[in-house]
Amino acid sequence: MRILKYDETKCTACGICESACSEAFFKVDDRNKSVIRIEEGESNPKITVCNQCGGCISVCPTSAISRNKNGVVVIDKKACIGCLSCVGFCDYFAMHYHRDQTEPFKCIACGICSSKCPTGAIWIEK
Amino acid sequence: MDIKKMKDAHKNLCAYNYELGKIDKGYTDRILHVDVSDNQVSEIQVDPEVKDKFVGGRGYGMYYLFQGTDKNTKWNTEDNEIVISAGPIAGITQYPGAGKSYVVTISPLTHAPIDSNVGGYFGPYLKFAGFDALKLKGKASEDVVVFIDGNKGTVSIDTAPKEPLDSHILAEILTDMYALEERDKEFISVVSTGTGAENSKWGMLNFSFYDPRRGKVRLKQAGRGGIGTVFRDKRIKALIVKYEGLKGDTNNPHDLGILQDAGVKVHREINQFDDVQNQMRKGGTSYLTEIMSEFDLLPVNNFKYGGHEDAHKIGQEVYKGKFELSDCDGCWFGCTLACAKVVEGFELTTGPYKGQKVIVDGPEYETIAGVGSCCGIFDPDYIIENNFYCDTYGIDTISFGTGTAYVMDMYEEGIITKEMTGGLELTFGNTDAAMELLHQVAHGEGFGKIAGLGVRYVKNWLLNEVGGYDEEQRQLIVDAAMECKGLEYSLYMSKESIAQQGGYNLTNKGAQHDEAWLIFDDMIHKLWPTFEDKAEALYFFPLFRTWFSLVGLCKLPWNDIKPEDNAETEQPSLIIEHINNYLELFYGVTGKKIDLDQMIEQSARVYNLQRIFNFRCGFGSREHDQPPYRAIGPATVEEYESRVERYDNQLTDEHGKDIEGLSTKEKLEMMREIRESNYQKLCDAVYERRGWNNNAVPKIETLEKLGIAYPELIEVVKPLL
Repeated sequence: MRILKYDETKCTACGICESACSEAFFKVDDRNKSVIRIEEGESNPKITVCNQCGGCISVCPTSAISRNKNGVVVIDKKACIGCLSCVGFCDYFAMHYHRDQTEPFKCIACGICSSKCPTGAIWIEK
Repeated sequence: MDIKKMKDAHKNLCAYNYELGKIDKGYTDRILHVDVSDNQVSEIQVDPEVKDKFVGGRGYGMYYLFQGTDKNTKWNTEDNEIVISAGPIAGITQYPGAGKSYVVTISPLTHAPIDSNVGGYFGPYLKFAGFDALKLKGKASEDVVVFIDGNKGTVSIDTAPKEPLDSHILAEILTDMYALEERDKEFISVVSTGTGAENSKWGMLNFSFYDPRRGKVRLKQAGRGGIGTVFRDKRIKALIVKYEGLKGDTNNPHDLGILQDAGVKVHREINQFDDVQNQMRKGGTSYLTEIMSEFDLLPVNNFKYGGHEDAHKIGQEVYKGKFELSDCDGCWFGCTLACAKVVEGFELTTGPYKGQKVIVDGPEYETIAGVGSCCGIFDPDYIIENNFYCDTYGIDTISFGTGTAYVMDMYEEGIITKEMTGGLELTFGNTDAAMELLHQVAHGEGFGKIAGLGVRYVKNWLLNEVGGYDEEQRQLIVDAAMECKGLEYSLYMSKESIAQQGGYNLTNKGAQHDEAWLIFDDMIHKLWPTFEDKAEALYFFPLFRTWFSLVGLCKLPWNDIKPEDNAETEQPSLIIEHINNYLELFYGVTGKKIDLDQMIEQSARVYNLQRIFNFRCGFGSREHDQPPYRAIGPATVEEYESRVERYDNQLTDEHGKDIEGLSTKEKLEMMREIRESNYQKLCDAVYERRGWNNNAVPKIETLEKLGIAYPELIEVVKPLL
C-alpha cells in the first residue's frame, strides 16, 4: 500500500507541505485546501493525513470511494454527490471539504508534499 | 415477467414537452399539473406571495389542494387532487434526512385534508426535473402511468394494462422498464401502491429508490390517511420520475458552505454518538419498543396496557440480528442516521407470494407496535411478514395494526362474533388470523372488506347496523375505537400525559403523533404543570414539527441523535443546537434569514390554513378534537385494576378523593369524570394559545397577524365566529 507516513518529532510546522498540496490540487496557497494539516501539538506539531484505512469506502452512498491498485483510497469526483458522509465518518479527521467545491478531498499519497519537506518529517512508503 | 410485452401494451395518451429550467435557491417556482380525466398536462407558475407565505412541501400541498378543490369535493370525486411536494431544502445531500416528500389529498378516512411524509427519491428528483410540486387531478378511464423525464423535459401519460399492481413487483418492473441501462436505475423513482389500496381505505403510497449495493428497489411509505386509495380511485397505477445528474449543488443553494458545515457537524455527531445513544444505524427505530414498554407507553391489546413482559422478543436486539446492515441505509443520499433497515431473503409463509424470498423494508417501531404488541403479538417474524404484505399491498401498517387490534378487542368482548368474521378467530395474539385478515383486507374479501374501511367505520357499523348491544357494550365500542377524526391512532399510550392527549387529538389530520410527542417532558420530567404550560407546548411543538414538512426534512435527525452537551442545555428536549442548524440550512438554501419566531410563523400559516380547510370540509370544530376515552384513561375495570395502585393514588393524592369502600367500577367512573374534565380544560387553553375561539375556529385577527386573511379563508371562518 502506498501511504504518506510521518514523524512528528522531525516536523517544524513550517507549512511548506500544506502549501505544496493546495497549490498542486487547487492552484492556491491555502492550508484549508490542503489534505495534510499541521497543527500545534503538545510537544511536537500534530500531523493529520489520511492513513488509507478505507473506513470511508462503505459510508459512501454512491460508491464513489474505492481503493486503487496501489492501495490508495481515491474519490471518483464524477460519481460523488457531495454528501460529505465520508468527512463526518472519518475517525482521523483526514477527509476534508471546502465551500468552493461540492466534493470532499483527501490524500492520495502523491508525494508532492514529502518531496518538498525540508526536514524529512513526511515520506511516501510503498 | 416479460417487461417488453408490458411496455408494448402501453398506449400513449399524452406527450408533453417542457423547458427544463433551473433551480434557484431550492425552488423551481413551477408546479406540474396532470389531469388524468382528459389527459392534460400543464404548468403553473408559483405566485411569489404563495412562495413567501406557504414556503413549500406540505405548505404548497395544502395551498394548491385548497385552491383546486371546493367544499363539495370528496375523496373520490374527480376534482380531488393528490399533491406531492418536497420543499426547498429537500434534495440537498449534505445534511441527514433532507429528501422528504409530502403528500396531501382529501382523505377517504377523515374526509378532510390529510398529509403524509415519505422518503425515497421521488420528491427531490421531481424538483430537479423542474417542479416544486406535482398536482394529480381527475380520474382515468383505464389504468395509467405518468412518466416525467427530468433530463429530456417530457411528461407522458400512458395506459398500463398489464403490469401487476403490488408494489414490490411493480416498482421493480417500472424501474427496469424506464432504465435504459443498469446504472440508470439509480436515477429513477417510482410511486405506486397495491391491491389493498383498491379494496380498503388504508391505501398508502410507496416511494421507491434503487439500492445499488443490494441491487434492489427499496420502498418507503406515505402511509397515513388513505392516499393510496385515492391514487387507485384515480386509476393511476404509478408515477415515474427520472433524473440523472445529482450533485452536491443541484439544489443551487444560496451558500453551499453553510450546508457543508452543518452537515459535517451532524455526520460527526452520528458517527460518534449513535452507538451510545439510539443505535439507529444498527436497528432503525426498533430501539423504541423496549423503552416504550419500560415506561408503560407501548400499546398492548388495543391500547389497554402500556407494556408487556414479552416486549424484548420484538425489541431492538432481536431485529438487529435480522437486519442486513450496510453503512448506507438512508432513504436519501447523505442520511447517515441510516434508519431504513432491511431484512433480506425473507421467506414468506402465507399469501399469494408464499414460498418466495423477498427483501423487506423495516419494520420500524410503529409497525412493530402496531401489527405486533397492539394486537398482543410478540412474534418478530410475523411482524416482518405482515410488514412486507402491508407494503406490497399498499396498506398503512399503523392503520392496519390499530384497526386489527380494535376488531380483536371487540372479538374478545363478544361484540364481534365468529359468524361475523366468517370463522376468523380474532383473539389477541392470533398471528394466523391476523395474517388472514390482512389478505382479506387487501383483496376486499370476507370480514376484511369491513375491517379495511377503518376503525371509525367498524365502530359505526357495530353501533348502527349490527346493533343489539347493551349500554355497557355500546360504550366500549366507542371508548375502545382508537381513532380521532377517522384516522387510526399511531402507537403510543397517552393515558398518563394530558399534553400528549392533545398531541394526538388537537391535531389537524387525526391521531398521529408527528405533530407533537410530549410524553416524557409532560409525564416524567413534569415540565408543564399547568394547562397553560401544556398549551404552550401544544402551540410550539406542532408548529415546530410542521416546519419539517414545509421544507422537506425528516424529523428524526432532529432528536434521534443529540449533540454531546445537549443534556446541559436549558430545555434538552428542544435540541436547540439542531434547531439552529435548521435556521442555518434555511438561510443556506434560500438566502432568507429567519429566526425561531419566524420559523414558527411560517408553520402557523399552513397550520391555520389546514384547520380552516377542515372546516370547509365540514369538520374542524371542537367536537372533532375529542379522543376515544381509552386514549385518556382506563376504559374498563380490567384496565383500572391492572394499574390499581397508580389510579388509586391519583384519586386520593392528586385529586383528594375519598375512595374508601368504593368498587373499581365506581372509581373508574370517578376517574373518568376527572380526566374528561381535564381534557376540556386543555382544549380551552390550547385554542386560546393558538388564537382560535373555543370551538377551534381560527380568529380573523389570528389570520391577519399571520398575513393570510385572504377572502377565501375569511369566507370559511366568518360565519363560524
